[in-house]
Amino acid sequence: MGVTGTPTSIKQGSKTKGGIGESTLRPDGTLKVTGEFAYSSDMWHEDMLWGYTLRSTTAHAEIRSIDTSEALAMPGVYAVLTYDDLPTEVKNYGLEIQDTPVLAHGKVRHHGEPVAIVAADHPETARRAAAKIKVDYAELPVITDEASATAPDALLIHEGRDDHHIGHVPHPNIVHRQPIVRGNADEAAKRADVIVSGEYVFGMQDQAFLGPESGMAVPGEDGGVDLYVATQWLHSDLKQIAPVLGLPEEKVRMTLSGVGGAFGGREDISMQIHACLLALRTGKPVKIVYNRFESFFGHVHRHPAKLWYEHGATKDGKLTHMKCRIVLDGGAYASASPAVVGNASSLSAGPYVIEDVDIEAIALYTNNPPCGAMRGFGAVQACFAYEAQMDKLAAKLDMDPVEFRRLNAMEQGTLLPTGQPCDSPAPVAELLRRVKAMPLPPEQQWLAAGEQADVRALPGGLSNTTHGEGVVRGVGYAVGIKNVGFSEGFDDYSTARVRMEVINGEPVATVHTAMAEVGQGGVTVHAQIARTELGVTQVTINPADTQVGSAGSTSASRQTYVTGGAVKNTCENVREKVLEIGRAKFGSYHPAWATAELLLEGGKVVTDGGEVLADLVDVLEGESVDLELEWRHRPTEAFDLRTGQGNGHVQYSFAAHRAVVEVDTELGLVKVIELACAQDVGKALNPLSVVGQIQGGTTQGLGVAVMEEIIVDPKTAKVRNPSFTDYLIPTILDTPTIPVDVLELADEHAPYGLRGIGEAPTLSSTPAVLAAIRNATGLELNRTPVRPEHLTGT
Amino acid sequence: MRVNFTVNGRKQEADDVWEGESLLYVLRERMGLPGSKNACEQGECGSCTVRLDGVPVCACLVAAGQVEGREVVTVEGLADFAKQREEGCATGACGGGGTSLQAAQQWQAKGTDSQTGEGEELAPIQQAFIDAGAVQCGFCTPGLLVAADELLERNAEPSDADIREALSGNLCRCTGYEKILDAVRLAAARQDRQESGV
Repeated sequence: MGVTGTPTSIKQGSKTKGGIGESTLRPDGTLKVTGEFAYSSDMWHEDMLWGYTLRSTTAHAEIRSIDTSEALAMPGVYAVLTYDDLPTEVKNYGLEIQDTPVLAHGKVRHHGEPVAIVAADHPETARRAAAKIKVDYAELPVITDEASATAPDALLIHEGRDDHHIGHVPHPNIVHRQPIVRGNADEAAKRADVIVSGEYVFGMQDQAFLGPESGMAVPGEDGGVDLYVATQWLHSDLKQIAPVLGLPEEKVRMTLSGVGGAFGGREDISMQIHACLLALRTGKPVKIVYNRFESFFGHVHRHPAKLWYEHGATKDGKLTHMKCRIVLDGGAYASASPAVVGNASSLSAGPYVIEDVDIEAIALYTNNPPCGAMRGFGAVQACFAYEAQMDKLAAKLDMDPVEFRRLNAMEQGTLLPTGQPCDSPAPVAELLRRVKAMPLPPEQQWLAAGEQADVRALPGGLSNTTHGEGVVRGVGYAVGIKNVGFSEGFDDYSTARVRMEVINGEPVATVHTAMAEVGQGGVTVHAQIARTELGVTQVTINPADTQVGSAGSTSASRQTYVTGGAVKNTCENVREKVLEIGRAKFGSYHPAWATAELLLEGGKVVTDGGEVLADLVDVLEGESVDLELEWRHRPTEAFDLRTGQGNGHVQYSFAAHRAVVEVDTELGLVKVIELACAQDVGKALNPLSVVGQIQGGTTQGLGVAVMEEIIVDPKTAKVRNPSFTDYLIPTILDTPTIPVDVLELADEHAPYGLRGIGEAPTLSSTPAVLAAIRNATGLELNRTPVRPEHLTGT
Repeated sequence: MRVNFTVNGRKQEADDVWEGESLLYVLRERMGLPGSKNACEQGECGSCTVRLDGVPVCACLVAAGQVEGREVVTVEGLADFAKQREEGCATGACGGGGTSLQAAQQWQAKGTDSQTGEGEELAPIQQAFIDAGAVQCGFCTPGLLVAADELLERNAEPSDADIREALSGNLCRCTGYEKILDAVRLAAARQDRQESGV
C-alpha cells in the first residue's frame, strides 16, 4: 500500500499554443477545483501514525526536567521524543545561523517553542499524550524590546555566539547591524528649508497562508526516509534535515506536496525534522498537520519594527538628505533576520533621489516570536515609514503629495544609498501619474441602491455600522521599491532539467525543476517558456523533488526570473542538441540547415524566414534529448559592513498605489473603497497571473494597514491572538475593487526582460491606505495597523 | 460509534468513529474525501464548507454524530450535484445519482486525464473559477466553490454586494478576491446566457 496523495506529473493540455505572454490557464486548475489536488495535509497511508508537538507554555525559562513516562504509557502512543533522543551531534537548524534547536535543550526562548514530539495512532491520542508530558520550567525574565535586549545586565538570548555577525554587532542580543553612509547628511541638512522627522511603528504580521504546516515522512527500507511536505525550498530544507537525522542527503528523498500558500512563512523548517525523527523511530509513516492555533507558533512572522526617520527638502521641493534608524525585532532565533536587515537598510530611502544619507538597521534577539521572511521582506516596514515622511514633507511645503514624489522620483541611472546604479527602467514618476489619473470611485455608494442605506457598503460591513452619518472620505498615495532575488553576494542559482522526445507521434517536452509551486503559477509559466523555446504544445511538468538540482527559494519575487531563466536556458541548449540531430539526419537535403538561423515552432524546425525544414517528430524519431543545467543571474556583492556600499541587488521592482477610504470617525471603522495599483512588470509572461499576484499582494498590504497584528504581551512575551477569530485577515467584504495598470518596460539583463513582481504591491499598499486615512481624518497615525481606538481617541 | 449518512448522493457508513471527531475529519480521514480543507478547524475560514441537507456549513464545526441520516455534498460531488440540479433534480431528492464514494476516490478510473483532470465534467462554477484565474494556491477554493454554487442556486443574478455577503465567511489569502468575484459573475452570466438560449 503506497502513500495516497503523492504528486504526479502535470501535463499541460494542447488546446492553445500557449507560449509566453498568453494568459494560459493553470495546469493544476482542474485538480484544484475538484478537490483532487493533493496538499501536504491530504497525505494518507494505511498504517500511518499522527505526530504532535508539545510546545512551551512560557517565553523564557530553564527546563529543569521533562517526564514523558505517563505519555508513553498511553495506549496508542508509539513514541515520545525529546532533545535527549536526537540521534546525532547536530541538534540545531537554521537558514543562515544554525541557532534553532530541533527540540528545546535546557531552555526555551519563546512562547510555543517545540519541547517534545509524540506519535500515536489517532491525532487526539497524540494531543492527549502530549498533555501528559510534565515539563518543569524555571521562569527567566523576558527580553521584549531594544531597551531590555541591550541593557547592561541583559540576559543573553544565545550564549557563546560564534556566527559571522558577532564580530560587528554592538551587543550579542543584536543579530546583525547594517549601517549605510553616503555623502554627508549633516552637511546636506543645512541646505534644507524644511525638515520633518517621525517615529513609526509597524506591527507583527502573519503570513496566514491557508494550508497549515503539514506533511508525511515514510521510512524507507534502506534506512532513509521519504518526506512529502509543503515548503518554499526543498534543497534548503534538505541541508538542514539530513545532518540532524544523521543521514546522507541522498537518503532523505523530498517531494513537494501541494502547498496551500506560503508568503515567506515556509522558508524555515517547521514539522519536517520532527516527522522524519518519529518515522525513523517507529518504522511507520508519520503525518503531522498543524491546526491554526499551532500554525501561529509553527512559523516565523514579519518583523515588527520601530523606525525613526528624518528628511529635509528645499522650498522648491527637492529632497536634501535622509537619516533613519530601523530596529527590527527578530525574536528568539535568527531565521532570515540578517537578510531582512540588509533589505531594510539598503531600500530605506525608497524610490527617491537622495544623495546624502545616514542609515542604520539592526535586528534584535528577544523572547518574542521568531520573525523572518514575509512578502516584502524588510522593504515593507521601511516603505510604510518613508512614505509617511513624504506626505509630511509635501504638507509642510504645501505641495501636492504626488507632485512632490514625482519631483524626487528615481529613474534609470539613479544611484541608490548603497552606491549601486539602477541599470534598468525605474518608472516611478510614471506609475504615480498612472494611479493618479485613474477615475475616482463615486462617493457615498451606500446610498446608490435607494433610500435605505446598504450597510454592506459602509465601514463595518455587515455589522456595527451607522447609516453613514459620521463617514468621511480620504485619498492617499504611495510608491515603493523592492529588490528581486537573493542579494548581497548570495549564489542565487536555479536548475532545470528538460527532456524532449516523441510520445504517441507527438513531440513532447518534460520540464523538471525543484521549484516550489506555492500558488504563484510557476508551473504555468514553465510550460509557457518550454512551448516558446521548443515549439511544442505538449509540455509535462514533473513534480518538484530533490532528484533534480536546487531551484532556490520561492521567495524574493525570484522564481519566474531565476527558475524561469533556468528553464529558458536549458530549453535553449536542448534546442541546439535537437538542431544538431536534425543537421546530422537531414542537413544534406537543404542548405538552410547549415546557413540559416533555425527555430522550433509549431512542432517543426523552421528558418527565421519561416521556411519549414523538418517535422520535430522526424528529427526526434528514435532519439531523445535530456539536459539538466544550472543557471545564474548576474552576481551581486556583499554590502560593506561600515559604509553599506556595494552592488548588492540584482534587480528592482516598483509599484504605486492610490487608496480611497471611507472612515466612520465615530465608530473608528475604516472601509477601503478602492485600492488602485500601477506596476512595472518588465514583461508579463502570463498577464492573468500577473494581475492575480498584484491584487493578492495589495490585499496583504491592506490587511496590515487596518487589521492584521499578532499581539504579544509585553510583560510575558506570550502570543495573545493565535487564531483566525482574533487575528483578522481581510475577507471579501473588507477587500475593495483593485484596478491594476500593468507597465511592461523591459529589463535587458533579465530573461525576456521580465521583472519579479510578487512583492512590490505589498509595499505601497499599506502606506497608501494609511495616507488615505490621514487624509480623511487629519490624524497623524504613526503606527500600523490602525485600530478603532486610534481613530476615535478612546 | 457508527455513523450512517449520504455523501454526494451515495449512502455511506463510517465505523469506529470517536465521538469527538468532526464531519470534516470523517470526510478527510475516514472516507478518503480530502477535498474539504482544514485551514482553521474553528469555523472562521470556510475552507471546509459543505452542504448539509442543502445548507452550507463548516464541516469542522459539525460533530460527526450530527450527520446521522443526513445528506452531505462536498466539492468532490459538486459537479454531479450541479448536473442533477440542471436536470431538475436538485439536492439529491431523486436518489440514486451522485458520485459513488469509490468513483470519488479513484479519479484515475474515469475517462479523464489522471494528471490534469482534463476532460472531467465540471460544475459551471468550477469552470468559471479556472477561467477567471480565481485559483492560486487553491486551498480556499473547495469551500468557496460550494458557497458560491449555493449562492447562484438561490440568486441567479447576484449583485456584487450579494456576492461579497455570501462569500464573506470564506477566507482567501492569495487572490485579493477580485478574480473570485469575476468567477462568480462569469458563472452567473453563463447561466443567464444558457437559460435565455443564447
